[in-house]
Amino acid sequence: MIPLKRALSSPVGRKFVMSISGIALVLFVIVHLLGNLTLYVPDGGETFNRYAAGFDAIGPALYVIELGLLAVIVIHIGWGITTALKNRKARPDDYAVSVNSKGGPSNLSLASKNMIVTGVALGIFLVVHIWHFRIRKIYVADNTEIDGQQHADLYALVHTAFSDPFWVAFYVGAMVFFGFHLRHGFWSTLQSLGAMKPEWSKGIYALGFLVAVVLTVGFMGIPLYIYFLA
Amino acid sequence: MAQQTMTVHLKVWRQSGSDSQGRFEQYTAEDLNPHMSFLEMLDVVNEDLIHAGEDPIAFDSDCREGICGTCGFVINGQAHGSERGTTVCQLHMRSFNDGDTIVIEPWRARSFPVIKDLVVDRDAFDRIISAGGYVSVGTGPKPDANSIKIGKDVSDKAFDSAACIGCGACVAACPNASASLFTGAKITQLALLPQGKPERTRRVQRMVHQMEDEGFGNCSNIGECEAVCPKEISIDNIAKMKREYLRAMLSDT
Repeated sequence: MIPLKRALSSPVGRKFVMSISGIALVLFVIVHLLGNLTLYVPDGGETFNRYAAGFDAIGPALYVIELGLLAVIVIHIGWGITTALKNRKARPDDYAVSVNSKGGPSNLSLASKNMIVTGVALGIFLVVHIWHFRIRKIYVADNTEIDGQQHADLYALVHTAFSDPFWVAFYVGAMVFFGFHLRHGFWSTLQSLGAMKPEWSKGIYALGFLVAVVLTVGFMGIPLYIYFLA
Repeated sequence: MAQQTMTVHLKVWRQSGSDSQGRFEQYTAEDLNPHMSFLEMLDVVNEDLIHAGEDPIAFDSDCREGICGTCGFVINGQAHGSERGTTVCQLHMRSFNDGDTIVIEPWRARSFPVIKDLVVDRDAFDRIISAGGYVSVGTGPKPDANSIKIGKDVSDKAFDSAACIGCGACVAACPNASASLFTGAKITQLALLPQGKPERTRRVQRMVHQMEDEGFGNCSNIGECEAVCPKEISIDNIAKMKREYLRAMLSDT
């Protein structure tokens, strides 16, 4: 038995927190992309608005789900930042010649070295993104009629945003950070939980690349598709 | 037949004591035999420094055959130099080109304070071992040979982990200065064997917590530690440490 507080701040336990919250966020992001694929339907946003209206049917429980999701995000960011600060403290005097990878089994890369940088960038992106399409959905969006009922016209909000090259660039840029974060994060969650075998390691690392590319391209395509084609 | 010699330019970290400010000093080593080891090259440089009445470059070394874990420093950003699976005493000057500039720095980590020049204090590793990296046995009579059966695959795995010589290269190469590979290897070695199993629960928590208290960073699964490890110890040992810790978290005792 290890006291929970000690366990969750220990070098091993804090990575359990990062991993479990990370897996939850990856699963959320997969569902988020599957829903957003409706934006690719060329029908002036009808399918997408119908999908978005589906959330209204959940009622107040939606807020509970959203708060839960927010809690996971806050935990992931909180533990991530304190971990990164501890890591920085562990080497107060850095090398004159920075670590030069010996290759082989090493996964030292732009992605793995900069998880805190990509993570913080994604945190900033999230604030903008939630304001952009969640808060503004409540306060700014016009209404549209779906099956005789009034629902927020979320598609109009998305369409307006992605007609502006600034927002297209912002979202595309954010997805680059997302791709890098996921490239190392996917494999890393499993290794951190100890759910890894040397025989699987290379395969799962490669799968991490595939997952990162598919999700990044899926999301990145939305603003580009709307700006150039819709 | 005249033997071909080589010249290298060195930028060496010089620091007179743990509290003093360090700086890089430049030296040129000439007429080197390409087949001498890196440490022998430093011996030659030190001979000249001593003859000139200067303070020789301090560095750790003992067996000079890659098995004791005493030597080690960072050469051009790589712990133990560019060769994989070797310590710096097994690195030869033929790995470099004539005229190269070589930057030599000590292991850098808060938990490995510099004592002098390239010598660092690695007592933190000893304290991690003292926290639980042992088997407490009541030393009764010697057991009969083969009375405890251990499968070949298990003993091979435990041996791979036990190959760790505690040199500290894993900490030096880790961008977070984490000691997870060292600690993981020690925990794995004992957790796999029947002699180590009775104490595995308290061992993993004590060693992991000691590693934290020593001020080492956290593992980001970058794996550069495995790449620089002179014994090529796999980060599977870190995954095993996580499983052992999880097991300890859920255990009754």
